[in-house]
Amino acid sequence: MANITNTTESAGSNLMVRALREAFYAGIVALGLFVLYVGLKTDQNILNELVLVQRWGLLATFVAIAMVGRFLAVAYVRPWFETRRAAKAAAPAAEREAGFVARNFGLLAVAALVVYPILMVALFGFQGSLKWVDNFGIQILIYVLLAWGLNIVVGLAGLLDLGYVAFYAVGAYSYALLSSYLGLSFWLLLPMAGILAALWGTILGFPVLRLKGDYLAIVTLAFGEIIRLVLINWTEVTKGTFGISGIAKASVFGIWSFDVSATNNFAKAFGLPMSSAYYKIFLFYLALALCMLAAFVTIRLRRMPIGRAWEALREDEIACRSLGINTVTTKLTAFATGAMFGGIAGSFFAVRQGFVSPESFVFLESAIILAIVVLGGMGSLVGIAVAATLMIGGTELLREMDFLKRIFGPDFTPELYRMLIFGLAMIIVMVWKPRGFVGSREPTAFLKERKSVSGSFTKEGHG
Amino acid sequence: MEYFVQQLVNGLTLGSIYGLIAIGYTMVYGIIGMVNFAHGDIFMLGGFAALIVYLVLVGLFGGIPIALALFVMIVVAMLMTGLWNWVIEKMAYRPLRGSFRLAPLITAIGMSIALSNFIQVTQGPRNKPVPPLVSSVYDVFGISISLKQIIIVMVTAVLLTIFWYIVNHTPLGRAQRATEQDRKMAALLGIDVDKTISITFVMGAALAAVAGTMYLMYYGVIVFTDGFTPGVKAFTAAVLGGIGSLPGAVLGGLMIGLIESLWSAYFTIDYKDVATFSILAVVLIFKPSGILGRPEVEKV
Repeated sequence: MANITNTTESAGSNLMVRALREAFYAGIVALGLFVLYVGLKTDQNILNELVLVQRWGLLATFVAIAMVGRFLAVAYVRPWFETRRAAKAAAPAAEREAGFVARNFGLLAVAALVVYPILMVALFGFQGSLKWVDNFGIQILIYVLLAWGLNIVVGLAGLLDLGYVAFYAVGAYSYALLSSYLGLSFWLLLPMAGILAALWGTILGFPVLRLKGDYLAIVTLAFGEIIRLVLINWTEVTKGTFGISGIAKASVFGIWSFDVSATNNFAKAFGLPMSSAYYKIFLFYLALALCMLAAFVTIRLRRMPIGRAWEALREDEIACRSLGINTVTTKLTAFATGAMFGGIAGSFFAVRQGFVSPESFVFLESAIILAIVVLGGMGSLVGIAVAATLMIGGTELLREMDFLKRIFGPDFTPELYRMLIFGLAMIIVMVWKPRGFVGSREPTAFLKERKSVSGSFTKEGHG
Repeated sequence: MEYFVQQLVNGLTLGSIYGLIAIGYTMVYGIIGMVNFAHGDIFMLGGFAALIVYLVLVGLFGGIPIALALFVMIVVAMLMTGLWNWVIEKMAYRPLRGSFRLAPLITAIGMSIALSNFIQVTQGPRNKPVPPLVSSVYDVFGISISLKQIIIVMVTAVLLTIFWYIVNHTPLGRAQRATEQDRKMAALLGIDVDKTISITFVMGAALAAVAGTMYLMYYGVIVFTDGFTPGVKAFTAAVLGGIGSLPGAVLGGLMIGLIESLWSAYFTIDYKDVATFSILAVVLIFKPSGILGRPEVEKV
């Protein structure tokens, strides 16, 4: 008996010794990593010459955090995970019946979204609700729409597209240009932007049909950059980096307008006090409707021959061809359908901002949309919506962290850390859940009963 | 004619920088089949390390000989980015090695965002100008060649020779080539695959650091976003030359450099990047595996 306690004790002290040693190494590595970048800061003096500012205290903090973090990870977190894994392996997981919330998650989420603006208005009043409906609601919905569009290309057809933002740009600019030059209405241009983007998707998709994997990725990235560079440099039409401003607002099917001067102004027609909140709430419901349309189309297409062909293409291109599926049309329709939603999202973006410039269509946007698709679990609509809410809503929330100023002093600006945290979150989520938030799939073709399968059974395609 | 040769010289200089970065992309791709998107930002970190080291040297010793200063800058920048890439590979990429193809790509994109914003937060968002380090210009048959350009091309040539020797004639290089061909078999034959991959990342980062130092010296300014465009172009160079092929990366880099400077010289400078990307697309459409790449064999 005494023996056993002895061994566990010595194992415990061994662990502590190891943890201390690892913490020491981590400290040295952190010192090496941060000594130049954190310990010294380059600053311009009055003569505009670079001078160094020394920040050894901050460096010490970084090293200390690394050491403590490593110590805790080795001494406590890792053993805890191991015992938990052992316990899980010992007791086989019982078949868990999915709860009510899990089963009806999609419906509940839609219901919550329908109530959301009303709730915000009730909580914060019309003016106070602006921020919540616009920055959070509409922005997240635009990303959901974009990610669902890209999901068709990447998640269903397995074609890696790093230049998706090009179609977003095509949609936004076709609305901006056609409405300011020809004065066409939003309701005409919304489908037109989708069609134009789909056309571009086909045009860009055609030459890259033969390319696979990373070659396809780099060429799509190149196309995305080309479109952005053309938008910057074709100043006669696009006004270059200044962008196009004063884009017409959308109207409620042409019946009520949101222009303050118009006779059929929405607020005047109903005798309400003037507020820009009505327009935002209207846009919110419009975005929600567009998202529902995208979801409906995706769900229906997955059950149609074309959707099945996409997924077959993702799983195995050679088998797909031997079964007589025309891979050319399959790839092109995937590109075109994905691009169409990108274009619709783009024209919606233009109408919401009232201003478009090439700044909004940089590679980072493509990367963010792709990250949402992958983090959401490629192919799972609910997972992608959750990922968009967490990633975009989470970084938006950082703008609201005014209370941090009270802790770190008035010079502290949380916005500055927004993209840093976004990048780190992408890495952490990917390492923690490489298959995304929703790791299971609902197959559309099944034998006898419908059963979710693990996402690791689906392939990612090589296209 | 002189104008043309002048542009060739400029293009060669630019191409050397792209080639140095492209090697890091192509080696990592060759060995683990991953597009290391954060590589451009490693290049930017190298440039910043060189900048800070230069300021430290000037602060400590005042008028230090510029050759010595450049040497110290390059060595410290190489060590610095080597350490960074070693840690990044260990913490962010290694856990995902067995995972599906998109997972490490997304992680690398996240790492790229995190690294550039880390520099923005710690070093500030403004341009960092340095006084011209070397300013001599020589006139050779009517073509002006600056000492900077000579240094860049010479350093690149020397490094590529060393690098070529390491990959082709040392046990380490043999281990790298073996790991590239068949990771499992290499492991069975007693090669420490993890270590080999780590060393590959460190080597790629060290070359990127040299490119960063050269970039800083050539343009005299660096900013936290500078990783992206040279990074994408170097990646383009690697793909153009045939990703996975070392001579291809250098060739691709030189080609991109030449295209850029010739296009800017004879056509409009606004569309030089459009030209680069269009040529990439055209080359890949007609030769989908790059200029020197091996065509992929489809196996059933």
